[in-house]
Formats: sequence, structure tokens, C-alpha cells
Amino acid sequence: MTTSTAAKYGTARRTVTMHVNGWGVTREVSTRTTLADFLRDELDLVSVHLGCEHGECGCCNVLFDGHSVRSCLMLAVQGDGHAVETVESLSVDPTELHPIQESFAEEQGLQCGFCTPAMVLRTKEIIETGHEMTDAEVRHEISGILCRCTGYQNIVNAVQSAGAKLRGDGGPPARADSRVGEAAADRGEATADGAAGGRS
Amino acid sequence: MKPPPFTYCDPESVDEAVALKSEYGNDSLVLAGGQSLLPMLNMRLARPEALIDINKIGDLQKIERRADILEVGAGVRQYELEDHPLVGELVPLLPEATGYIGHIENRHRGTVGGSLAHADSAAELPCTAVALDATVVVHGPSGTRTIAAQDFFQGWMTTALEPEEVLVAIRYPVTPWTAGHGFVEVSRRVGDLALAGAAAVVNLDEDGRFTSVSVGVLGISVATVRASAVESALIGEAPTEENIARAAKEIVPSVTSGDDLHATRAYRRHLASVVVSRAITAAVARAHERSNGK
Repeated sequence: MTTSTAAKYGTARRTVTMHVNGWGVTREVSTRTTLADFLRDELDLVSVHLGCEHGECGCCNVLFDGHSVRSCLMLAVQGDGHAVETVESLSVDPTELHPIQESFAEEQGLQCGFCTPAMVLRTKEIIETGHEMTDAEVRHEISGILCRCTGYQNIVNAVQSAGAKLRGDGGPPARADSRVGEAAADRGEATADGAAGGRS
Repeated sequence: MKPPPFTYCDPESVDEAVALKSEYGNDSLVLAGGQSLLPMLNMRLARPEALIDINKIGDLQKIERRADILEVGAGVRQYELEDHPLVGELVPLLPEATGYIGHIENRHRGTVGGSLAHADSAAELPCTAVALDATVVVHGPSGTRTIAAQDFFQGWMTTALEPEEVLVAIRYPVTPWTAGHGFVEVSRRVGDLALAGAAAVVNLDEDGRFTSVSVGVLGISVATVRASAVESALIGEAPTEENIARAAKEIVPSVTSGDDLHATRAYRRHLASVVVSRAITAAVARAHERSNGK
């Protein structure tokens, strides 16, 4: 079967160069390796969580040239020459949290944590559009990522809180009684707020 | 879950992709956005000898107007179809329907040509292609040929593409300014494949009666169905609720899907006439808006 044109593609391994979290990396990969496995196994970026490996759960989402994609539905070779961002890029110092990560902690926007890296990245992408969103719009925007713990409400709260912080305004439109500032000062209090179901 | 081994080919021109298809034929699959193919590879439902990745072919990424035609390259990402101002202006049904494809993460990668070539009967782009009387452009060893969308989709995930051909573009007739469009689908959860859905484009005369109606219906058979019986029942009629509801029932005999995990056949028969009626009603409302606005 292998003849003239096909002959040049005979190799099962390729050298790829991509920008990952701002760093240029060059590795040799098997052409059938998914981008998700490459990020986890070659680069040790284990925030890329593999749930279903067929594009249903969204826990392996990464930003590919700035757009969220399922990394289990791409091949590592397709990353050649492109930029990939995982949640590890958000804070250089592992003991410090990015404002989005802070909001997820304050609002109890996570329980088991499996979907959290994908949710945090998607939040970053949504916030960067600069638009304020209603809770219903946020729910629609995060609908590509499954969370089996939270029931989503606290994730929506976290997205709204992070949006308010990063836009620098007082609070999201749906919540006139924003307690973002107080919550930032005391994570315990924020947890109590969340448990009391104070958000509608 | 890992894809099985394959020969990975990433040609940079359509001619080279066609040469590869000619060499490998049915033992090869074209990789575009990968939102259906990668799951099939990961689950090893597909085991091609060669994978022909067309993402590096720049010629497939264009969106262009040519007179009364909007031509969209096969490699255009679905989210671009949603966001591109030219598409919204010239064929407004497209961005509306595209928003229903999977989730945004899928539309960031998924392509127009990929969805057409995959030909899922519940998919939005084949349905809009049929409703809009679009033409599919394919390239093979003997050159380019065009296929009417209605002839392109032949059955369950089956198209008129020959093994050595590559889908390169789709041509949509520009929707007249006074026409109205509507798209409706019903799924269990946001982003799921639809149980049933419909796309409609209508034109009304000065007395407000239908001069043209075109309706595509997804999810009810082995391929998208053109609702010809519904269309002919409405031509010359006034767009009243009763007329639309009565005509929409004409879709019921076309529902061939049996009971499955997601819906019974009886429910799909009911749903088919509901989505058809709602899509036509939405299209009429838009046509009224447009004629009042001009």
C-alpha cells in the first residue's frame, strides 16, 4: 500500500515543538498519542484530567491558541507550532492562587476537584470576553464540562465572583449584596455562606 | 483508551490529500476537527491504516461571497461560522443552527466539512445544508465535482463521497433579505444530540401567503429529511397557526427511527411535527419582522 506520496509519512514518531504555558517545548512523540496524554505523561501537567477520553466530560479541556478544546480529542502532533495553556500557567508560585482560583475556594466552587482545572480555565476564557453574564448565561457557557459533585451553583457563583474581581467592578449584576470582599478576607466565612445556600 | 496505530499524514494541499486518498482509499480516514473521529479512534471503532489530517491545508479555511453564493471551506471551524459577520448577514440560519452543535469546546475544533462528511442524521449542518439547497464541493483525482446536498446524504452516516475524494467546500445560496428562517431542536440536555430538530426558511408574498417554504428535519430517520410534503401543503396558504400545524403533521410518515435509548418511535413522531411547526412559525415571525423593518 505504501507508495510514492504515502512513503514520506511512514514514520510512527514525530518531533513536535509547541508553546506550553509560555514555554517552548520540543519532544518526540508517537503520532497516535493524544494531546492529553502528551501533556500528562511527557510534560507532567497532571491538571489535565482524563475522565471519559471520548469528549463527553470536558475535564481534559485546555486552551489551544486561546480557545478551549478537549485535549483527549486532539493528537499531540497537531499541537506542533501552536500554543497550549493548562491551569498550571495561572500562578507561577504554587502556594499562591490566581484570583479565579481564589474565587473557586471562597465560593466552594469545587468538591472532589476533578473538573476544577477545566472549570477554572473556562472561567478565564469567559471572563476575557469582558461581558457580564447572568447566571443562566454562565451555566450555558460551562455546560461543556461535567461536574458530578457541586450541582453547579457554587461554580456559577465562583465564575461571577471572579468576573467581578477581574473586571474591577463591585459585584456581578445578579447579586446586589455582593460579599466578595469579605469572603476574600475569610475563606471560612465564605464556606459558611455557601453552605447556607445564600445565593439564589 | 488510545487510538490504534495508523500512518499519520498531514498534507499541505488538497491535491496531496486527494493523492493520499487515492492511494489508501477506504483504508484511510480524513481527520478534520476530530470531534467525532477521535472518539471513534479512542474507542477503536475506527481503525484506519492511514489518517489524513487536513488541518494544514490553508485553502480549506476560507469564507467567501461569490455573487449570490456563500462558499465556506471544509476546514472552517464551526465557531467561526457562528461568529463570522458575513455568514450572519448572508445566511442567518447557519449561525443560529451552529450554536446547537455540541458544546463550545467541540465547535472550537469541529469543522463544517467534518460534520457534513460524517453525516450524522441528528447533526445540524447536514440539516441546514438540505434546507438551504446547498451544494457540496468535492475534489477527486479527475478534478472537482459538485453534489446537491439532498443527493449528498444517502443514508446512515453515508454520503456520495467516493473513497478517493475529499470534501473541500459547501456553497450556500444567499438567503433573500425578505426571507425568514427558524431553527428548533429538542435534546435531553444542552449539547446532546437532538431527539429531533428542524430548520425552515420561508418567503411570503405581499398578501402574507407562503410563496416558498423549505424545511429540513434531523434526528427522525437515517439521514436528514427534506419535508417536501409539509412544504407543498403550505404554498399559497396563509401562515396561520392552524395551517402550519396541519401541514407539519405531513412529516409524520417520514419518521423511520425506531425506539431507542433516548426516545420511543411514537414520541419522535409527535416531536417531529412539533419541531417542524415551531421552526416554520419562527421563520414566519422573522419574515414579518423583516418586511415591517424595510
